[in-house]
Amino acid sequence: MTTATSQRDAAGMRLNLRAVAAIYRFEMARTWRTPLQSIVSPVLSTALYFIVFGGAIGSRMQSIEGVPYGAFIVPGLIMMSLLTQSIANASFAIYFPKFTGTIYELLSAPVAWWEAVIGYVGAAASKSMLLGLIILLTATFFVPLRIEHPAMMLLFLVLTATTFSLFGFIIGIWADGFEKLQVIPLLIVTPLAFLGGSFYSIAMLPPFWQKVTLFNPVVYLISGFRWSFYGLADVSLGVSLGMTLFFLLLCIGIIGWIFRTGYRLKN
Amino acid sequence: MTSPSPIITVSGLSKTYSTGFSALKSVDLEIRRGEIFALLGPNGAGKTTLISIICGLVKPSAGTVLADGHDIQRDYRAARSTIGLVPQELTTDAFETVWSTVSFSRGLFGKPKNPAFIERILKELSLWDKKDTQIRRLSGGMKRRVLIAKALAHEPRILFLDEPTAGVDVELRQDMWQMVRRLRDGGVTIILTTHYIEEAEEMADRIGVISKGEIILVEDKAELMRKLGKKQLSLQLQQPIAALPAALSGFDLSLSPAGDEIVYTYDTQAERTGITTLLQGLGEAGIRFRDLSTSQSSLEDIFVSLVKERA
Repeated sequence: MTTATSQRDAAGMRLNLRAVAAIYRFEMARTWRTPLQSIVSPVLSTALYFIVFGGAIGSRMQSIEGVPYGAFIVPGLIMMSLLTQSIANASFAIYFPKFTGTIYELLSAPVAWWEAVIGYVGAAASKSMLLGLIILLTATFFVPLRIEHPAMMLLFLVLTATTFSLFGFIIGIWADGFEKLQVIPLLIVTPLAFLGGSFYSIAMLPPFWQKVTLFNPVVYLISGFRWSFYGLADVSLGVSLGMTLFFLLLCIGIIGWIFRTGYRLKN
Repeated sequence: MTSPSPIITVSGLSKTYSTGFSALKSVDLEIRRGEIFALLGPNGAGKTTLISIICGLVKPSAGTVLADGHDIQRDYRAARSTIGLVPQELTTDAFETVWSTVSFSRGLFGKPKNPAFIERILKELSLWDKKDTQIRRLSGGMKRRVLIAKALAHEPRILFLDEPTAGVDVELRQDMWQMVRRLRDGGVTIILTTHYIEEAEEMADRIGVISKGEIILVEDKAELMRKLGKKQLSLQLQQPIAALPAALSGFDLSLSPAGDEIVYTYDTQAERTGITTLLQGLGEAGIRFRDLSTSQSSLEDIFVSLVKERA
């Protein structure tokens, strides 16, 4: 069952793009196998936000800087889904093989760490971006939307999905039990997302809390994303982009360290 | 069968886990191209650690490994491309189908798609009719074959089988052995770990014995059996005797506590086994026997005595 060419192929392999593709396809296939969990459930929960905050409560609220409340919360809601789903997708994708033991194959394969990251994180980010776009589409049924800067919107979508998929990947490697897998998303990311200005402009906060809130990275994501819709921002666009890129690089740095040291992957 | 350059060269390989446990102590080992090598040792001897380092799952603390001439750390892509690993545990993606999981493995190892080749593997492993079945619906033996198919999907030149027949029924074990021989005939070098001596005895060309993180012996199987293969002649006596006759003190004899059995240990490779002289001597001493039997030490006896010697 061996061939004479296998050695030559191996020696000539500088990049294992087939492995990246295999991991990516494997992860995407998992989504289509579990559409309820992967797509329907997050879309439903976002739709509920539109009904409750946009429809029921929003109708009694003033518009914010000329944007109706229901429309104002759309970018924030998409961002929240993007954050939580990116983390959930990526953390689960790498945690599960560790849990079942199938990670042996990845570790024994001629795959560079960054190739594995591109496969897993790329798939996780693709899924959550797809979800973000589905939610955007859903939103058009509930509220009047306008997107002033579509290119910037897509850029924020890509950067945020990638950054938080990387972050989820780190959580998945760090976690050695299902509880740890959940603890950061539930106890840190969800509060930060809720307090990141999804439902309000931070200008609505008392001055002290406006300062505190600037330590919340999610503020920069939501602010920048909302700017791409309505031209409204809590912080300047440059700062938003800069912070997003900073978190992206930080996550890449941590993952590089994890793989160089074999942390939690190799004894 | 042997060729000048070994397919795997392990030099001074050590592994100390963060707990302080020293799983491997400066192991040197060469695997010959095209052989079936059995790594034999009790649980916890370091078999899996050794395999895991060669395959890239565990980082060595010291030492080097060359796989087909490629350093497993510096030149890991080339080294790993030549190796297939069948792990000890039945770790599979439960919800994947047989076909997709085996195809995935081929892609992961950077090989272009080749459905005809995967079809051949699945047919050889009697998995073809299960190709669209989810792995969780397969029996344990079938899952083991799926793992083998995954390991073979990228056409490795070296195949590691970590305890391949653990928990596998007798029939499947025979199938497995046949399949391993076919692979070897196809040019694949096979390294299997086992604590079933029967398996090593049945399969291997050469046997390495590992105990407490050290390779204590590497030998051709036949040579090993010959070298250490002692035979015993047991004589059941008609009447118990109190002591062995002094005239027979030149023989390696032992008397059972009840005095009704004499065991003579001899070397089948010696010029003379001494059996005729012994039986004459017994006759002259007036010792008559009811029955006699001979037995040859199995690999298991050899193994137990080796491990004991080191303890």
